[in-house]
Amino acid sequence: MTDLLNNVFLAISDVMQNPVLSSVLAIVFGPLATFGLYWLLNKLVSLIPNQKVRNAIEPYAFIGVVLLLVGGLLVGPTIQTTVFSFMNADSTEFVGFKNYFKLFADPNFFITIRNNVLWIAVVPLVTIVLGLLIATLTDKLGKAREQIFKSIIFMPMAISFVAASSIWRLNYMWDSGDKQIGTLNALIKAVGLTPVNWIQNDTFALNSLMLMVIVIWANAGFAMTLLSAAVKAVPEETIEAAAIDGATGAQAFFRVVLPQIWGTVISVFITVLISSMKIFDVIWGMTGGNFHTNVLGVDFFLQYFIYLNTGKASAIVVLLMLAIIPIMIYQIRSYRKQEEIR
Amino acid sequence: MSPKKSFLTRLRDWRVGTTLVMLVVVAVWLMPTAGLLVTAFRTKTASVESGWWTALADPFHTVWSIDAFKSVLFSEQWNLADAFMNTLGIAVPATILPITFAAFAAYGFTFLNFKFKEAWFGLIIALMIVPLQAVIVAVLQMFGAVDAWLMTIPGNEYGDLKLSGNYPAGWIVHAAFAMPLAVYILRNYMMTLPSALIEAARIDGASHFQIFWRLIIPMSVPALASFAIFQFLWVWNDYFIAYLFVGDKPVMTYQILSMLGQHGEGWQIVMAGSLISVLVPLTVFFSLQRYFVRGLTAGSVK
Repeated sequence: MTDLLNNVFLAISDVMQNPVLSSVLAIVFGPLATFGLYWLLNKLVSLIPNQKVRNAIEPYAFIGVVLLLVGGLLVGPTIQTTVFSFMNADSTEFVGFKNYFKLFADPNFFITIRNNVLWIAVVPLVTIVLGLLIATLTDKLGKAREQIFKSIIFMPMAISFVAASSIWRLNYMWDSGDKQIGTLNALIKAVGLTPVNWIQNDTFALNSLMLMVIVIWANAGFAMTLLSAAVKAVPEETIEAAAIDGATGAQAFFRVVLPQIWGTVISVFITVLISSMKIFDVIWGMTGGNFHTNVLGVDFFLQYFIYLNTGKASAIVVLLMLAIIPIMIYQIRSYRKQEEIR
Repeated sequence: MSPKKSFLTRLRDWRVGTTLVMLVVVAVWLMPTAGLLVTAFRTKTASVESGWWTALADPFHTVWSIDAFKSVLFSEQWNLADAFMNTLGIAVPATILPITFAAFAAYGFTFLNFKFKEAWFGLIIALMIVPLQAVIVAVLQMFGAVDAWLMTIPGNEYGDLKLSGNYPAGWIVHAAFAMPLAVYILRNYMMTLPSALIEAARIDGASHFQIFWRLIIPMSVPALASFAIFQFLWVWNDYFIAYLFVGDKPVMTYQILSMLGQHGEGWQIVMAGSLISVLVPLTVFFSLQRYFVRGLTAGSVK
């Protein structure tokens, strides 16, 4: 009997080794199992004879799976990570705040924090300004040109950070000799300047800034899309009225348009701000946190996978979450306000 | 006044200045990608020896080659063809599952009444703050425990049947991280549907399950579609969740990152791989751009 089962499981695992078969099976059976699960849940609920009990339980046939999912994979693990942050490297004994003290005693950690601060100081602001600029410039160009320009700006959002990293590695390539095959250094050489090692040169955090360029390149389209929708919702009469009163284009923009889209500006700003705090993938792909480009999100991976220190890695995540919480509270409050207006 | 506009007026109406500025912006935006497109079709020596623009400067004397594509797709070392299937095996269910979960939950939060409804909803939305890093340690341990338990099943002593490293592990993690935003967007959408319709169906004796499938899902297609596109792109482009939880099935982003780590093989390899990996997301994006943009404006982004 055990032999038979052994072979059954072995056969299953063999099938799963085949990428074509296993992905086809996954695509068919994954969703089927999900639909089956909900069908079963509702069947079970409908079998309850007492209507009062049934009405009380029925909502959980709808939301129960989600509660279990986020409870088991988000809430529970986050609590556990917080506990780990007060334990030693292999989570065998409690050490109090030692991990946190160690982090703040490390001069390298201050560079990490400085980089995080730089990211949140530069990326959200530049992304918003660029997005707003493009949204306003394309707004009056007519449908065809507006569509084409916006699609191109938006395109990098559809590709992975891995693809973006390979694209930008080629752009930032630097050669110690005379042969510059990186786009940027070739341009620099063409105008007679000295090529720069964009990835390794950390004078004035140059390399971190170059990494930010990638993220801005990828995210400006997001800001543009939301801000463009807001700009289009500004009533034409308000701008015309300003023009009649003798306002210049710039005055009309800052005094009439901007105040009306301010809500969107803030909400896009906060979204980009939070993603800049959590930033890690592009840095992982470009420098792996070397050359003083480390940030909290990357430092976690280094501590956990390279230095095998679960305690310190967890402390870093907890600090990251503590930094995000106030912004999140602000955002949830403004969501609530929007809902009240509705 | 003459009915015909003068040439100058027409020129101004056409906004030549703004168009030129935008052309420059767009050129700057496209330039990085041009290197990708050109390099993928070059030979190894050429891609290491000279910049990609030299191939464009003299296109008729350049040796164009599709060897890199053959190599990344089918060679033992890179095998992107298999990685493509693996990516699909994660991405399609990891799109359909969370949307189904979220749609059911959104229905519950919109049309049903129960205790702590607002509190549960608030909790789910607040979980948007949880970064991936916060759960990795504990979830890896949890999946390990599940595998240990699976090995106690008679016949599975060798762990042929396991969770970690296989597709379902990735689906579950992706689904959990998609939940806060998905539930938020779908509930917001369902709140705009006429509740009188649902009440009428209730009076006619339809169960909530029937109303959900027959009424609400068909009416929610726009919201479901925009979130589906969003989630699909997110999962397709993901590297970390696939790498950490579905390690037995290397996805494309994983393979490309290792190509990037060994670009001694020549840039044409990395670029051909990257080009193949962006084909699907770009096709999805350009063909369904309208829904994607609508989804963005409906909620916010991860």
